[in-house]
Amino acid sequence: MSALLRIEDVSVHFPVRKGVLQRQVAEVRAVDSVTLSLEKGEAFGLVGESGCGKTTLARTVLRLVDPTSGAIWFDGQNISGLRGKALAPYRRRVAAIFQDPFSSLNPRMTSGQTLREVLKVNGYPGDIPARVAELLTICGLAPRFAELYPHEMSGGQRQRVGIARALALDPELIVCDEAVSALDVSIQAQIINLLEELRVKFGLTYLFIGHDLSVVRHLCDRIAVMYLGRIMETGTSAELFDTPRHPYTRALIDAVPAPDPVGEEAREHVALKGEIPSPLDPPSGCVFHTRCPIAMDRCRAEVPGLTRLGGHHAAACFALETTAGTPAKKE
Amino acid sequence: MPLLEIDDLSVCVSQDGTDTALVRSVSYVVEPGETLALVGESGSGKSVSSLAVMGLLAKALKVTSGSIRFDGQDLLALSAEEMRKIRGRDISMVFQEPMTSLNPVRSIGSQIMESIEENLGLSRADARARAISLLKEVGVADAERRLKQYPHHFSGGMRQRVMIAIALAADPKLIIADEPTTALDVTIQAQILDLMARICRDHGTAMILITHNLGIVARYADRVNVMYSGRIVETGTAREIYRAPRHPYTEGLLQSVPRLDQDRSVPLKPIRGNPADPFTPISGCRFHPRCPYVAARCRAEVPAFENGVACHFPLDPAQKEAV
Ligand SMILES: Nc1ncnc2c1ncn2[C@@H]1O[C@H](COP(=O)(O)OP(=O)(O)OP(=O)(O)O)[C@@H](O)[C@H]1O
Ligand SMILES: Nc1ncnc2c1ncn2[C@@H]1O[C@H](COP(=O)(O)OP(=O)(O)OP(=O)(O)O)[C@@H](O)[C@H]1O
Ligand SMILES: [Mg+2]
Ligand SMILES: [Mg+2]
Repeated sequence: MSALLRIEDVSVHFPVRKGVLQRQVAEVRAVDSVTLSLEKGEAFGLVGESGCGKTTLARTVLRLVDPTSGAIWFDGQNISGLRGKALAPYRRRVAAIFQDPFSSLNPRMTSGQTLREVLKVNGYPGDIPARVAELLTICGLAPRFAELYPHEMSGGQRQRVGIARALALDPELIVCDEAVSALDVSIQAQIINLLEELRVKFGLTYLFIGHDLSVVRHLCDRIAVMYLGRIMETGTSAELFDTPRHPYTRALIDAVPAPDPVGEEAREHVALKGEIPSPLDPPSGCVFHTRCPIAMDRCRAEVPGLTRLGGHHAAACFALETTAGTPAKKE
Repeated sequence: MPLLEIDDLSVCVSQDGTDTALVRSVSYVVEPGETLALVGESGSGKSVSSLAVMGLLAKALKVTSGSIRFDGQDLLALSAEEMRKIRGRDISMVFQEPMTSLNPVRSIGSQIMESIEENLGLSRADARARAISLLKEVGVADAERRLKQYPHHFSGGMRQRVMIAIALAADPKLIIADEPTTALDVTIQAQILDLMARICRDHGTAMILITHNLGIVARYADRVNVMYSGRIVETGTAREIYRAPRHPYTEGLLQSVPRLDQDRSVPLKPIRGNPADPFTPISGCRFHPRCPYVAARCRAEVPAFENGVACHFPLDPAQKEAV
């Protein structure tokens, strides 16, 4: 297998400026030393709580934000240094679907106009009206939807148009940032099934961002758990959910109630204490130590690297170094 | 005797001279100390039906039928002033976004103390002491210092704790919590819901918990009302409803959610179509265009709400068990 996308030791730090001179007074470490690779055809999930850097990482992959350090490789090419025209081929091969299609669709354009424009601007060589009709059908929308404006559609239908737009240029990678988060459960299930079907049909690769663990587990083959800009644990869905090794992953899974009253009654859950610290002033050492139930002195002083745990599984926790695995080497 | 008894409640909106029903003949009871969940998709009438109980309906909305009895009193017959007293003392509400219900330019302390002074008639000093003990109870550390701070000094989770403290100020008999944790992260959501459950248990407070999250219902509710397009379509204990849903909509909802306790290769079974908009006329059962079991009668007749379900052809729990 070959990696389609490789995020290599990427950090994104935003300066915080103040006063008339706009002096930099601090920085937000939105993403800190993240390394990930996505194999062609897989769905890779990114989970974590609000502000942990998921969207920033997605925007970096989409080249909407420049990484402060590190590199992004796509199909063997380092794309993090490319600018302007040199980025055009990459932009055609990568697409995005966002949470709220209402704000990402032009309110004054019908679905048909939106799709035609994407095709035209990018010099689509084939028959444009035929392609528009095809895209709508692929996304489960009747031809009449070509004539509708965003406000004339439901949230689920708008998200289908958003997906059709993402598919327009036959991309290889689609970045889905909270693509189903705003939808009602019954509609969310329709869109999840559509995304799954499209991935298989067109051999797509997904970087799927979400905060709903059940949704991400359902859709993704592999998952990384982020906390305050860092990867805490990564592995296949089974590795992560059947044998979570990082205390943060365990707490996250614990916090999600299952739709099963009998199971919930039997299940012990201990809510994680405390609040997520500010990324402006992240804790020293392991960023999770302030909330960690098993924190040791070392966790306050040193930053743990990812420890390999066999298979695709790895976690960044000192408690694991003593019990199992070897520190993951940088490739 | 039930604490709250809602019978045949309908709420309409008047727009351009026409009335549209947003809540359709809803009936249910809340027993003292129990947690009742209202679940259903966006627009199903969860908030509007609860705002009617609080006497807080928007101007354009009006109750067109039914009665709401709380602790033996008919709430719809009360004057605005009497209703305001009930709201402070006996029933309180916690909303999704605490930032909009807190006053940004007043300290947290003065907002909690105002509620205490007004509703319990305590002196300033006693109100302050109670505010501190309430903040401690809801898990706000360093309460004395935090009383002086303003809402923007608090995180989303902390603001929600403050709202709960305000809701608890007069030791109400009923708390209506409208999506109290929807805007919060999962670990904070668990903290807040555990807190509310503990408080209800310790004080014997009843709660109406409004949510669209079926997991939250399973973990925190005793009984459930499932709403669809302004109606309660099914009611029962959480256990009954999850084990053997009788309304096709309830079954559809349960099959739509991916779950951590299930094999991920089990495909989701979405409900077809889109939620019914109250402004679109639909004949018969309002769920019929999406129902996988629809029959001719469903298109023609509105099903009555009988034996806890509003469906002409309820699913048979016995049949389900046999499979
Ligand atoms: N352009 C920016 N300038 C300054 N800070 C930023 C910028 N963009 C994001 N941040 C900060 O970086 C951190 C990570 O934000 P990001 O949006 O990536 O989080 P997220 O994981 O997507 O959260 P959510 O689940 O809420 O969408 C946050 O603290 C955010 O405030
Ligand atoms: N002031 C109003 N004027 C007109 N229509 C209204 C008004 N308030 C609510 N509605 C409509 O009433 C219906 C029920 O709304 P309600 O807020 O009770 O839904 P809900 O079940 O709480 O949904 P959500 O899960 O999105 O909060 C919706 O279709 C809504 O658009
Ligand atoms: Mg985000
Ligand atoms: Mg609501």
